[in-house]
Formats: sequence, structure tokens, C-alpha cells
Amino acid sequence: MKDKSPLLEMRNISKDFFGNSVLKDVSFKLEKGEILGLVGENGAGKTTLMKILFGMTVIRDTGGYSGEIFLEGKPVSYKTPFEALDDGIGMVHQEFSLLPGFTAAENILLNRESTKNNFMTELFGDRMKNLDRKDMRKRALKAIGKVGVQLHEDMLISDMPVGHKQFTEIARELEKDNIKLLVLDEPTAVLAESEAEILLKSMKKLSSEGISIIFISHRLREIINITDKILILRDGRIIQEKPTSSTNISEIAEAMVGRELEVSKREDVRVFDRTFLSVSRLWVNMPGETVRDVSFDVNEGEIFGIGGLAGQGKLGIPNGIMGLFPGGGEIILDGKKIGLNSPRIALDSGMAFVSEDRRDVGLLLDEPLDWNISFTAMQVQNKFLKPIFGNLIKWRDEKAIQNAAKGFIDALEIKCTGYSQKAQELSGGNQQKICLAKAFIVEPRVLFVSEPTRGIDVGAKKIVLDTLIKNNREKGTTIIMISSELEELRSVCDRIAIVDEGKIAGILPATRPAADFGLLMLGTAPVSGGAE
Amino acid sequence: MKYLDRIVEKTGWPRLIIGLFLFSLFIAAPFAQVKIGTSLSDTLIRFGMNGIMVLALVPMIHSGCGLNFGLPLGIIAGLLGATITIELGATGAASLFIAILAATPFALVFGWGYGNLLNRVKGNEMMIATYVGFSSVAFMCMMWLLLPYSSPTMVWGYEGVGLRTTISVEGFYLHALSNFLAVRIGTFFLPTGMLLFMGFVCFLVWAFLHTKTGTAMTAVGSNPVFARASGVNIDRMRTISVILSTWLGAVGIIVYQQSFGFIQLYMGPFYMAFPAVAAILIGGASVNKASIMNVLIGAFLFQGILTMTPSVMNSIIQMDMSEVIRIIVSNGMILYALTRVKKGAH
Ligand SMILES: Nc1ncnc2c1ncn2[C@@H]1O[C@H](COP(=O)(O)OP(=O)(O)OP(=O)(O)O)[C@@H](O)[C@H]1O
Ligand SMILES: [Mg+2]
Repeated sequence: MKDKSPLLEMRNISKDFFGNSVLKDVSFKLEKGEILGLVGENGAGKTTLMKILFGMTVIRDTGGYSGEIFLEGKPVSYKTPFEALDDGIGMVHQEFSLLPGFTAAENILLNRESTKNNFMTELFGDRMKNLDRKDMRKRALKAIGKVGVQLHEDMLISDMPVGHKQFTEIARELEKDNIKLLVLDEPTAVLAESEAEILLKSMKKLSSEGISIIFISHRLREIINITDKILILRDGRIIQEKPTSSTNISEIAEAMVGRELEVSKREDVRVFDRTFLSVSRLWVNMPGETVRDVSFDVNEGEIFGIGGLAGQGKLGIPNGIMGLFPGGGEIILDGKKIGLNSPRIALDSGMAFVSEDRRDVGLLLDEPLDWNISFTAMQVQNKFLKPIFGNLIKWRDEKAIQNAAKGFIDALEIKCTGYSQKAQELSGGNQQKICLAKAFIVEPRVLFVSEPTRGIDVGAKKIVLDTLIKNNREKGTTIIMISSELEELRSVCDRIAIVDEGKIAGILPATRPAADFGLLMLGTAPVSGGAE
Repeated sequence: MKYLDRIVEKTGWPRLIIGLFLFSLFIAAPFAQVKIGTSLSDTLIRFGMNGIMVLALVPMIHSGCGLNFGLPLGIIAGLLGATITIELGATGAASLFIAILAATPFALVFGWGYGNLLNRVKGNEMMIATYVGFSSVAFMCMMWLLLPYSSPTMVWGYEGVGLRTTISVEGFYLHALSNFLAVRIGTFFLPTGMLLFMGFVCFLVWAFLHTKTGTAMTAVGSNPVFARASGVNIDRMRTISVILSTWLGAVGIIVYQQSFGFIQLYMGPFYMAFPAVAAILIGGASVNKASIMNVLIGAFLFQGILTMTPSVMNSIIQMDMSEVIRIIVSNGMILYALTRVKKGAH
């Protein structure tokens, strides 16, 4: 018995947002070098718990919390993240916090730059020190090495695919030499499986060096593989705390959602007879996801999957077709040629898009949910409008908007206080459901969904995928689903195309074994390709 | 206590403090021998005179163009409308509406050009807007001298060319709105018509924001990337908002003139933007969110303090310092308000 106080103890933590209670009496302990898995449904309170630990200002701004936190036996209560950083706690947030116009190295060393003295320092003090670029480079490379990836330290954040941004964030936390505890809030959500693998490996290494880790993820397999202990939150309460060795995935999944999850069996591959959407020689200039030359046909009523490693261009395809990034080539929908480079033309032709970038493209964070859900349908299809004076004035029909929003909140089980809550206040997974609702409401002929289950829990994932399938079977919507998760594509799609280096490496029926797709992905490209 | 907290939270400390200060000025007024009736009607008159110019800031805030420091451009459109009306010889109350009509084409053209300019400088709108405001005033200083006006009520008497710096609207639309249904009780005067007209224009803007186009405009200000992905033409929405702001500025100055009694040319529009901006900020607006309520509360508080402080202070210190105090108070409030400029959640 050398030191019996654990590295971290949170005791009786409770938190409410204006009367909406999101954490109730949460207590747990974390030992040195231990990896704790924190799981729970969307909105269970995982991120909020970590924000309390890290001293994020939103917590204080919304009335603080109750309960106690002990770090190595000392009571602590951080008022700002800086205090937490000083005590050796690092956190990688669910949403990126990088400076887009700066390089990886600059971001990693932000506020901790290496400096050299010069004559100005004598006169004006430390603010006048020169940056020691050479040393910064060395330190950045060392931190990147700790993460265990190949990442170019001179690459601008704005040119990076999401996976690399995530690695940059993690490297930034690891660069701090006093780090004792690392909080990772869904770090793998934006990573392809192979990339996630690398990250998990370096987490193992860190823990063997004595760094404790709190790891939040909705990918239960990762949780099982890497953690020492698993904490399950449901509706803000801890409902299970067990060593990882004595539990399994299905037990966790059931504890999380509080009911049994039946596994949906995939049907046989369906046969189609009519080409509906035909894409030929598409190129798209989307930073980090360049599409070079892509051609494929999608049948009417089909669910068509597009997979591939991050940075290879799979995300560029829907973004280009929907006119969000400049591109060229030929798109033919139902026999008619569709112009590129204009979101309006794409929407008018009956296509809709759920973007992978929900915070920037997908949502009006400052506006209520009913606005978010109805806006596109109102602008493009004149839904939710009441004509006044003939059709001179198109008046917003608040009642209809609210009813539609209520309908989707029920149908997709969106966790919120009501249709007038701001999108910003929802948990990540529930925001994703809002994005889906927004697309369903326009009743598109072709629906592009990009990373539809990124960051959402097992229960919600099933709801989202089932909703997509239901929409496809009942309304006949042709769906093109882009995802980094091969398993997810294989369970839902009829055919899957794998994108590699901006081109289609192959299109296979979804019933083919996973290894075949894996070969297509790895065939020509190195694991962390995509950066030029 | 919780109830009280909620009120404070909703109103916000700055508004609460300014409101309480204004209230205490009204309480103190009788003790300082200031007639409460006069002070109250002065406050209401100034509120009605300036309200529409504060309202003129709303559309551009909604579309994400920021605070319209280029308001003088709209005011110039109003001045052109006013002087053309007088030049044409229209008289009586109807001339007010002729002035608004005459100002409209100028407002549309100016607003369109100004909007296109702002679309090229996204991210720096407010700085460019300030330049536009100032340089348009400077340009018009020349034009007022050169334009071929000839009405004897407006041109310099001895030369016969060039407009005077101040032109009386007596005989034209002086008090055309203010006197409509006006109420007079002793020293108290209620400019019913002007307040009704202001209410009507506020209603129009409120209604516009509830239409399809208005909704799109708000979304453009809230998240332009989202709006674009939803098929909205961002530049078009922004241009519409700038045209609307410019037109409201034109209407605003004409309403101001009918109450004030004079058209002020040359440097007149120069400082008009700052009080309007200060008022809407005090009313609780931010750079990208503003409601009609912010306009009404802000205009009332700002103009109330501006009317009451000098008269109360003056009586207390027994010296005629009202102009000095007025300048100190008004610039102080503008400075204070500009320090409160906050972005929304972004
Ligand atoms: N700033 C806020 N204001 C009001 N409510 C909030 C705020 N932030 C979070 N909430 C609410 O707190 C609850 C918990 O949210 P939290 O982000 O902790 O969930 P989570 O477990 O991280 O979910 P996810 O897996 O989707 O990320 C949610 O219901 C959310 O709506
Ligand atoms: Mg979260």
C-alpha cells in the first residue's frame, strides 16, 4: 500500500441545465494508468460529466454543479480549463478546437511554443521572444510519434481530412509533459477503422506509461478491447460499473438502452432493373477529400453504399453532387441532366443531403429545432407556408412547423426539452437525428447520407438505420450512404463502392465477405494516405 | 428569489440598471423643479422621432451584415426625397408621403449598390459600412451645392444656388404625423400619430421577418453555410436586407424631420448612425441577433436618458449646462454600448 488515494475520484456529481437534470449523483474512481470506458446513450450526460471535470465555462454559466472532485486525494474544482491543464488533465473534445489557418505543429504547440531570446526580450519582456521553429518541429514530431501516426507537421489544419485533425488534437494533449489524465470524448467517431486501430494501440502504450485515460466511444468493440473498467451512464445515472473482463458487448448494449436489442437480419441482395442516377467522370475539389474521376450508376429504389478510408475522396462525392464544393462531370437523374455547383439545382431536382459536418453545414445552432427541421423544405418546396393575398405573401406557418417537428422528435426519439430548444444544446447524437429529420421532411427522390451514425449510440444507430431502411422500403427513396464503417454499410446496403485515391476501386454486392472490401481499400493506398 | 433571478436573466443586468436609472430620474424630476409632463412627452417625442432609424438596423443584423454604420446612406436617400418634394411644391400633410415615395427609388438604388459592395467584403462589413456612411456624406456635401434646386425656401438667398444647411418643413409636412390624434393635457403632449406610424412600420418589419424570404434572411445571418446548403442565394438575401435597411433609414429621417421641423443637410447625417447603433445594443441586440423588442426598449431607454439627464442635472446644479451634459451622456452611452458589442454564440 504505497498511496491509497486513486488518481481521480468524482463523488456525488449532479448537474442540471435550468431545471433539466442531466447528471444525478454520479460517483466513480480511476486509478493511475487505468483506462476507463465511459458509455451511454446519446444525451446520457457523458460529455457533460467530462466538461465538469475539465472546468469548462459553460458549466459555470449554466449554474455550476454539485458534488466533489478529488485529484490524487486533493479536492479540486476547476473554474477554467487552464487550471485543469495545469494539474495535468488533458481533454480532446467531441468537437474540434483547432485553428484552421495554422499548421499541425503550430496547433500542437499552441501557447506552449518554444522560444528564443533576442534583444527585444531584454527591453519588452517575454512577449517579444522569437519562435524557435526548429525546436517546435522536434517537439511536434515527438508528440505525433506518441500518437503513432504519420502526420505531416507542416500541413494546414484547413487542408486536413477529419481523421488527421483528430490526430492533431490528440497529439496536442500528449505534448504536455505533466499529463496525468487524458479525457478522450469520442475520438474514434471520425476515424476509419484502420486509423482507430492505431489510436487504440497508442492509448494502450500511454496507459502502460502510467497515464490514466477516460475514453468515451459508441463503438463498443473498441471499449471492450481497450478498457480496464467500464462505466455505463443512463439518463444521468450510473447503472453499471464493472471490470471489462467480466462483461461483454451485448450486456453493455442492453444496460445502455435499458431494453433488449434484437439484431436485424439483413435480407438477400435485391435485384433492380432501372438505372436512376448515373454519375460519370465526376471530379470534386474538396480539401482533404478530393474526387478525381468517379463514375457509377445507382438503381431506382436501391441503397447504395460508398466506403473507403478517410481522405480518399468518398465524402467529396455527395458534397460535389449537391453543389457544396466545386466540381465537374455529368450527373443524370431519371434521364435528366443535373447541373453541378449549385445546391439549389440539386435540391430542386429532388436530391437531399445529410452532411457529415453537422455543426457547420447541417444545423442552425443558434435557432430552435423546429426551424432546423423545416427550413430546407420551406425554402425549396414552399412547405409550411400560408399564402396571404393570393400568393403575394408567403407567411411562415408556425403551427405546422411545430407539429412537424414534434412528429420527428417522437418518431426518431430525439432527446430534447421541446421543439423550441436551440440545436446547440442537444447532445451530438441527437443533433444528428435533427439532420436526418431535415432530410426526410423534403421527401427526396435520392437521399445522400454522409456518416449518418457518426457519434450516435447503439440504440439510436439502430433507429437511424431502421428509419433509413423503412424510408427506402415504404417510400421507395433511393439512398446513397457514405460511411467509414464497413459493417454498417454491409448491413444496410445492396451494393457497396469502395473509393480509393479519388477513384472507385470497385463495386461489389454487400453480401460479399468483409475481407473483399478490405482488399479493395488497401489495394493501392497506404493506410494513412490522402495527404499530398 | 428564483423568480427574481429569472427576471434578471431575461432582462439582462445592463438593461435593468439603465431602466432603474431612468426611472429614478423621473422620480427625481419633480424635486428638481422639472415638470414631469414635459419630460415625459419629450421622451416620447424623441422615442418616436428616432425609433424607425433604430429599426433600420434590424434587417442587416438578421442577414449577418452586422450593425449598419452606413445608415447615413439611407438618410441621404430620405433627404433627397424630402428636398425633391419641396422643390416640386407639394404642401400639407400629404407631402410627407410624397417625400417617402420620392425617397424610395434612391433608397433602392443606393441600397442595391451598397449591398453588392458589402457582399465583396464579407467579414469586414462594419468597417466598410462606416466608410460608406462617411464618404457618402462627404460626397453629398458637394452635391447639395451643385444640384439644380431652385425653390426659394431651400436655396441660399443671396446666391440663388446651392441648398441651405437647414431647411424648415413648416408649411410642408411639419407635425403631419405628430399632430394626428395628438393628446394634450397641460404640459403633457402625446404625438399619437407618430407613435402609431412607428408601430405600423415595426409591424411591417416584424411581418416581413415571418415570411419565407424573411426566414431565409435570418438563416443566412445565423449560419450562411447552412443556408447555402438549403438552396438559399446568400448574396441575394444580404442585398435585400441592405436595401431594406437603407429604405427604413430614408423613412426614418423623414419622420424625424416632421417632428423636429427642419431638414438638416450637409453634415447632418454624419453622426446619425452611432445613436441608433447604441440604442439597439442597449436594447439587448447583438451583432447577429436583433428583435423588434430590442428596438423599442433600446430606443426608449437611450432617448429617455438623453432627455432626462440634462434637464434634471441642469436644475440641480443651477447652471445652463444642458448641451454639455447632453453630449457627455450621449457619447458616453454610445461608448458604453459599443463595448457591449457581442457576437452571438459563434
Ligand atoms: N448547454 C446546454 N444547455 C442545455 N442543455 C444541455 C447543454 N449541454 C448539454 N445539454 C443537455 O444535457 C444532456 C446531456 O448531454 P451530453 O452532451 O452530456 O450527452 P452525451 O452523453 O455526451 O451524448 P452524445 O453521445 O450524443 O455525445 C442532453 O440532454 C443535452 O440536451
Ligand atoms: Mg457527447
